[in-house]
Amino acid sequence: MALDEIKIGGLGASRKRVEDNRFIRGKGNYVDDVVLPGMLHMEILRSPLAHARIKSIDVSGAWAIPGVRLVLTGEMMAARNLAWMPTLSYDTQAVLATDKVRFQGQEVACVIADDPYIAKDACEAIVVDYEPLPPIVNPTQAMAPDAPLIRDDKVNQVDNKVFDWEVGDKDGTDRAFAEADVVSEIDMHYPRSHPSPIEACGSIADFDRSTSKLTVYMTTQAPHIIRAAVSLVAEIPEHMIRIIAPDLGGGFGNKVPVYPGYVASILASILTERPVKWIEDKSGNLISTGFGRDVYLKGQVAMRNDGKILGVRMHTESDHGAFFSDAQPSKFKIGLMHSAFACYDIPNAHLTATGVYTNKAPGGVAYRCSFRVTEAMYFQERMIQAAADDLGMDQAEFRRVNLVRDDDFPHRTPFGFLTDSGQYEKCLDIGLEAIGYADFKQEQEEARKRGRLLGIGISTMTEPLGAGNSREYDILGIKMFDSAELRVHMTGKAILRTGAKTQGQGHETTWAQIVAHELGIPADDIVVEEGDTDTAPFGMGTYASRSTPVAGAAVAMVSRKIRAKARKIAAHLLEVSEEDVEWELGRFYVRGAQDRGVSIQECAMAAYSNVPDGLEPGLENNAYYDPPNLTWPFACYIAKVEVDPETGVWDVLRMVAVDDCGVRINPMIVEGQIMGGLTEAYAMANMQFITFDEDGNCIGSNYMDYLLPTAWETPGFELHEVVTPCPHHPIGAKGIGECATVGGPAAFVNAVMDALKHTGVRNIDMPLLPDRVYGALTTGSDISGMPPVKTEA
Amino acid sequence: MTLFEEVPVTTTDEIPVRRVEMRVNGETRAANIEPRLLLAHLLRNGLQLTGTHTGCDTTNCGACTVLFDGQPVKSCTVFAVQADGHDITTVEGLATASELHPIQEGFKDEHGLQCGFCTPGMMLSAKALLDENPNPTEDDVRWALSGNLCRCTGYQNIVKAVLWAAEKLRDDAPADTPADDGGEA
Amino acid sequence: MFPSRFDYKSPTSLDEAISLLSAHEDAKVLAGGQSLIPMMKLRFAAPAVLVDINNIPGLDQHGAQSDGSYRIGALVRHADLEKSTTLGDHQPTIAAAAPLVADPIVRTRGTFVGSVCHADPQGDWASCMVALDGSIVAQGPNGRRTIAVDEFVAGPFQTVLAADEIAVEAIIPPASGTRKGGYLKLERRVGDFATAGVALSLEMSGSTVAKAGIGLTGVGSATISATEAAAALVGSSLDDATIDAAAEAAAAATSPRSDHRGSADYKRHIVATFVRRLLAQHQPAEAKVA
Repeated sequence: MALDEIKIGGLGASRKRVEDNRFIRGKGNYVDDVVLPGMLHMEILRSPLAHARIKSIDVSGAWAIPGVRLVLTGEMMAARNLAWMPTLSYDTQAVLATDKVRFQGQEVACVIADDPYIAKDACEAIVVDYEPLPPIVNPTQAMAPDAPLIRDDKVNQVDNKVFDWEVGDKDGTDRAFAEADVVSEIDMHYPRSHPSPIEACGSIADFDRSTSKLTVYMTTQAPHIIRAAVSLVAEIPEHMIRIIAPDLGGGFGNKVPVYPGYVASILASILTERPVKWIEDKSGNLISTGFGRDVYLKGQVAMRNDGKILGVRMHTESDHGAFFSDAQPSKFKIGLMHSAFACYDIPNAHLTATGVYTNKAPGGVAYRCSFRVTEAMYFQERMIQAAADDLGMDQAEFRRVNLVRDDDFPHRTPFGFLTDSGQYEKCLDIGLEAIGYADFKQEQEEARKRGRLLGIGISTMTEPLGAGNSREYDILGIKMFDSAELRVHMTGKAILRTGAKTQGQGHETTWAQIVAHELGIPADDIVVEEGDTDTAPFGMGTYASRSTPVAGAAVAMVSRKIRAKARKIAAHLLEVSEEDVEWELGRFYVRGAQDRGVSIQECAMAAYSNVPDGLEPGLENNAYYDPPNLTWPFACYIAKVEVDPETGVWDVLRMVAVDDCGVRINPMIVEGQIMGGLTEAYAMANMQFITFDEDGNCIGSNYMDYLLPTAWETPGFELHEVVTPCPHHPIGAKGIGECATVGGPAAFVNAVMDALKHTGVRNIDMPLLPDRVYGALTTGSDISGMPPVKTEA
Repeated sequence: MTLFEEVPVTTTDEIPVRRVEMRVNGETRAANIEPRLLLAHLLRNGLQLTGTHTGCDTTNCGACTVLFDGQPVKSCTVFAVQADGHDITTVEGLATASELHPIQEGFKDEHGLQCGFCTPGMMLSAKALLDENPNPTEDDVRWALSGNLCRCTGYQNIVKAVLWAAEKLRDDAPADTPADDGGEA
Repeated sequence: MFPSRFDYKSPTSLDEAISLLSAHEDAKVLAGGQSLIPMMKLRFAAPAVLVDINNIPGLDQHGAQSDGSYRIGALVRHADLEKSTTLGDHQPTIAAAAPLVADPIVRTRGTFVGSVCHADPQGDWASCMVALDGSIVAQGPNGRRTIAVDEFVAGPFQTVLAADEIAVEAIIPPASGTRKGGYLKLERRVGDFATAGVALSLEMSGSTVAKAGIGLTGVGSATISATEAAAALVGSSLDDATIDAAAEAAAAATSPRSDHRGSADYKRHIVATFVRRLLAQHQPAEAKVA
């Protein structure tokens, strides 16, 4: 009898999470929970200025404080060739500043002491003499002809440009625009935002002189990449480095880059011959670590009068901060921005992109963005909204005219991606029905007569996940496959290790479900481990929602390899040839005699006690999976809002999400991912932002200014599902982690814009804070750019 | 009885040290500490109860929430010396030796956590709510938890978890406890 | 995240506390600590000595007195006021503001009196005190004195308390009519400082306003008392024209800064809007213009 897949915790089971058992008891093992004997504590002294020459650093006051063991400066790092390190985008980044500081919050010195209180005391005693330089705080300033050069450390860098990039068909698009009946134009800025997991970054570096081995506990989503980077930077051989990513308190892309604190803690451990713990505070995290977004768009849509889009043009300018440090596929300078418009059947498109340096923290690719796909899909759905309005067509109808049809797959997107499956219109239909779209126009009109402003906003999109195939995708030349290693013990229990690294997504629970599906071993009998480079097979880590599409596929593939060997063992046990052996969940049986069979557990025992001649004992294998293509989950998000016309405050009345992420391994976990993503979408639309004043001072570098919504503001979510299995993924799954963050913001913004439509306002840049909405409402003018921070008396 | 305690080689008389004694999760604990030591750090680094987490430096996130005489406080914004003579409950004090607290069960049952970092603080705020209001509405729950930030869950399942726990506690409660009218002049 | 070193005293009587403040030059009183400790963690404040008054008995009571005044002791927490089942009958303005101060966890430690002593222009309680014509009772080596709130707050984060004085309670004077009032605060999320806030207190004689007070949060370099706006209400029955005049006068009394919470004009507009909304709540039906 085949096992009941749901009962054993296979695919589709909303299995309760294994990792919860320790988290609910307060027994998680986060980096700051780890204590090593003799451990010292490191604090970082950061620059108060955005752009300044360092004239001198006097650390004598720090050394004088009892309990201080080491003070590190850029000069000391430079003497060991460690003042600069390579980034994941082929640039360099300062570890500790030597000549100049290039953003407010940049690391200038480190103190290592017996406890962090003393380390902080000592940081305060360090005296740095700065000579201020004019700061650059936006791309316009960066590219002005007389702009000061930020990266004067780089040979051959003559200006503040990082890159120019282009994709698509310029000529074809120009022709489309020439033929168009209507051209819609809209400019906008996706503001700088920060992933801000509640746990900030940190590391414990422990160099053991007696074994020459470096062990680093680290808040990293990509331990193997870190091992490679550390080997490169610290010149320690790869096999003598062990990176351990224990429990992570959230990641969202913030814990992918290599940060100066990690490198400094490693050198500190080598020099002090003690373990050195560095735990960042939230202000340090917000002001200096990998942020997301900060891209300006000029967008144009060319249409026929009947609503058919003939072409789109996008020009983006991205603000990368002082160092180009994005973790993203190296071929694509602006990530996968050109995945925009993938769900629409558009014949022509052209994208030009410029990236610049500014005196701000480095980054841009982070925060559940799937490599700039958050920007792509926000721009797309805001352009679509403006285009429909400019044409005078209903928002839903306009999308219907242009969405790719179910039978049009495989479909080549205007920028050259290949999408393989989708039921876009079905998603839209379900969403419209759920929100009550048919009756809304009337409801909106009647409400407006009574002085109430209601609005509905739609966002439909498909996005690329699971980067990516080795032909096109690499980071620093390393291909973006992922891996799984499975060992089945003699009693049929198993241990699975992958190259991914969960930060709350529930891999310990869901990977076991895939094995249960493939092998019929109950999920409870499978322990899952990730994050230790000494034991885990090589993987590129977890970000860009790539784990289910790539590591998850590897888990399925390794399980199938195990099953193939178990089949041989089963044939031997059943004394038939392999061709006569059939499989059902959990057992092999003889074709035509279903009651004659052996369980997978019996095969496992036999692997250690009774293997056929010519077959090696044991039951374990590994799989490295190079995904043949990206996966393409898609969604329709619809928000219904009410705007208070007297204050500009807006409330979400309803939020409907229709998601198709292919086969759902664990529906409970999938829904949790969607709700988390929608909340971050709401946060960015409503209140979250980082900006800078004209002196380069960062506003949004602590939780008083950088606003995360609480349970009180956050709306409730209504979730719906469509399932279109991914045709190339071994279990038909697509991934879901970032979809709601990618598609969600436009739904909220489009809804507020709809509520304000009667005023003629076309755009308010996020965040849609009350004063900005009120300003738009009362003046009828667009609100562009960041909230101003200059204070007037 | 401590067999060994390493002390600083140079004694600087100017460092103030206080002896404090408090009940932590029902057990009396005592320590010599500097006044500037935050309660969160006494719990985490002194007593090695690492379930209480620190997530910010501006008293916003609530990851450090513990119960101080039954009331939720942000332990990063209380000096440990102020807890002298008081009762502290951390997440490690929620379960008994044999059973999880219904709040813990609820969080697991309703998928009220993902990365787990905000969870201890969230659960203790929830406990304080349910101790005072055994039958809260969804709004009551959201209001009571509005001092605890979560980045992963979007709060909806956290609310479900707390309501699940409330129902279980009501079902398990002994009959009729007298109402408390709060201490006022 | 880590405060500087300090010495710590925990007196068990007011006299002991006052002696400690007299004896130590750079000493601060620690009550709730929910404003002071965050500042110390960021090292914006670094007192050499903290005098913790939490162990002094008799300071944690609040309630109506036989003379009709309302007293709030120095150790009354925001949460005590929020959860009180009787406060609303006596002090509707304070009852309306209590749930809006900080967040629910901070409210279990932070104190009403401590907040007024902190004198943050974005503090909610100072606006309530202004609207209610409240006073602070300070005790020092020479005994007690009562200081009206508009004298008490000297500027942003400054009060007239001497270095050796402790604020021991707040007094709301007896009302000369039926107390009505409310508090509205525009915050971008729970726990944010106010973009703007309005505290309204009315003392009604039948349907006529006998006394009024309006305190404004976050729209000037200190808490603002909108005296002209309040005066405009006295003697009226809260007809629409009077409400409009009061709203405009309150907005005119502000001197807000344009910053990332909004422009000065926006904050003035919010003040006017909130004054209108608060007054409309107490407008008798017949006073509304048809």
